[in-house]
Amino acid sequence: MGGLFDIGSEVWSALGVSLVVAGRAVLFALPLAVLAAWLLARGRFPGRTALDALVHAPAVLPPVAVGFGLLLLFGVRGPIGAWLQQALGVRLVFTSQAASLAAGVMAFPLMVRSVRLSLEAADPGLEIAARSLGAATWDRLFSVTLPLALPGIAGAAVTGFAACLGEFGAVITFAGDVPGETRTLPIALYAALQTPGGEGEALRLALIALAIAIAALIAADLLDRRVRAWTGR
Amino acid sequence: MDGPLSVAGRGRFGAFSLDVAFEAPAAGVTALFGRSGAGKSLTLGMIAGAVRPAQGRIAAGARVLFDRAAGIDLPMERRRIGWVFQDARLFPHLSVARNLAYGAQRAGGLDASAFQAAVGVLGLERLLERRPRDLSGGERQRVAVGRALLARPDVLLMDEPLSALDQARKQEVLPYLERLKAEARIPIVYVTHALSEVVRLADRLVVLEAGRVTAQGPLAEVLASGEAPAMAGRSDAAAVLEGRVGAHAGALTAVDCAGARLLTPRLDAPPGAAVRLVVLARDVLLALHEPRGLSARNVLAGQLLDLKPRADGTVLARVQLEAGPVVLAAITEDAAQSLDLRPGVGVWAVVKSVAVEGARGGLLALFDE
Repeated sequence: MGGLFDIGSEVWSALGVSLVVAGRAVLFALPLAVLAAWLLARGRFPGRTALDALVHAPAVLPPVAVGFGLLLLFGVRGPIGAWLQQALGVRLVFTSQAASLAAGVMAFPLMVRSVRLSLEAADPGLEIAARSLGAATWDRLFSVTLPLALPGIAGAAVTGFAACLGEFGAVITFAGDVPGETRTLPIALYAALQTPGGEGEALRLALIALAIAIAALIAADLLDRRVRAWTGR
Repeated sequence: MDGPLSVAGRGRFGAFSLDVAFEAPAAGVTALFGRSGAGKSLTLGMIAGAVRPAQGRIAAGARVLFDRAAGIDLPMERRRIGWVFQDARLFPHLSVARNLAYGAQRAGGLDASAFQAAVGVLGLERLLERRPRDLSGGERQRVAVGRALLARPDVLLMDEPLSALDQARKQEVLPYLERLKAEARIPIVYVTHALSEVVRLADRLVVLEAGRVTAQGPLAEVLASGEAPAMAGRSDAAAVLEGRVGAHAGALTAVDCAGARLLTPRLDAPPGAAVRLVVLARDVLLALHEPRGLSARNVLAGQLLDLKPRADGTVLARVQLEAGPVVLAAITEDAAQSLDLRPGVGVWAVVKSVAVEGARGGLLALFDE
């Protein structure tokens, strides 16, 4: 048993798993969050309210319920899980990818909200100007709307990443606690607390989580300033 | 594109009903003039495709942009209209150069010589690398005009491009608009409620009131008819005189209008510069003999052309000055009778004041507020 800063391989493993799980989750969730935010901010289509509710459901449901829902859908006997297994030979449950899916779903409402706020704050007059200059819908989206929403998109990436790092209930329900695969920082922290004499380990994990949180906040601030300067605000 | 812009549109937009029809010639500035809420911007929006009239037809030369009967309604991005907004609407995340190129790239590519020409006409050489946030209001409007022009539009729509600027900025931008007007080979539709801008820039005038066209035609004709009601409650007929700056003398400037010499408050324009003067009919007195000892400085000999009674009990007299232009005088019926004024009679026109854009104290600007 070493001192407080004698960080064992299990702690490093949990940190690595967390970063990979959260990074992958943000990578996949961010484009979808941008699309959902754009549809919700600008779209006028039937089912918009339903989409709004679906996107925000994870924010108001117990995380364990979300994890359970994912199990029902993506489990080996679930409709999507069975298809994945048959068509692609992919088995999602209890893998690192599953942990990313669970974390990404939980962080999704936050990410959509951040992007949507910046889309709604954008001057619609600029899009009319772009249109009068010959830019059709998708052209406008990529040349004007999204670049101007970049502060919100960057914000969504950072808050989404932080939320994914901290996600516990949905991840452990859907992806389990597999060391080196799905045992993220919060799960390792919980496991350490359940182990007699594990308080030292738990404290080290908590401090690492704190360090990451502080680093993320600083990074978010720097990124925000850069992006705002770039967008000409 | 060659050919005029023809606009006819009718529709209800919320509680507002619009019913307009006018034509803007293939070159030159057509001013849509009227008070706030007269439907000027809505008319532009209709041409641009931002709002859809219930009936009508809009064509730029041979290109039909909208035709209700034929089921044609081009989306805004395919109408090839250059739209200059009151608030410039430059893209904040792009440099001036990339703002200028935005429309051009979507209209078949940026032509380097056209780019240089627009940059030259609008004086943008030193602004190209800047971001919109680092520009003054006047600079922004110049960039916005360049951006619209470089998209090679068939029509240029300008929606009160100066109204968000202070007086000094307006004076900075106006010369650029004059150069643009001289060089552009497309119809320019210029929305404004400022008579000073109309007088300085417009060739044709379309007067709007409550969603209807109440008068349209060449600038001088419409102003002479007295049907430009938007002069801030100073509705009156006026003569528009084309002149050139002569000599400056103290607080006054002499302007030559086809041989007649009129004194105006001092102008900030070099001798030889072209200016337009506005003489309101009620600022002109008529005398049968040459008057002396008057405070008014402009006393010109002429001949009465005709007299037209008006609804308000006054008579509108047209006077052909000995040298050149025609001025209008509003006189009472009583005066017309007691002086025995008839067409052909020799008279002296006493012009109490001459309004000219650019004069110190901005007489024309007074009409606008």
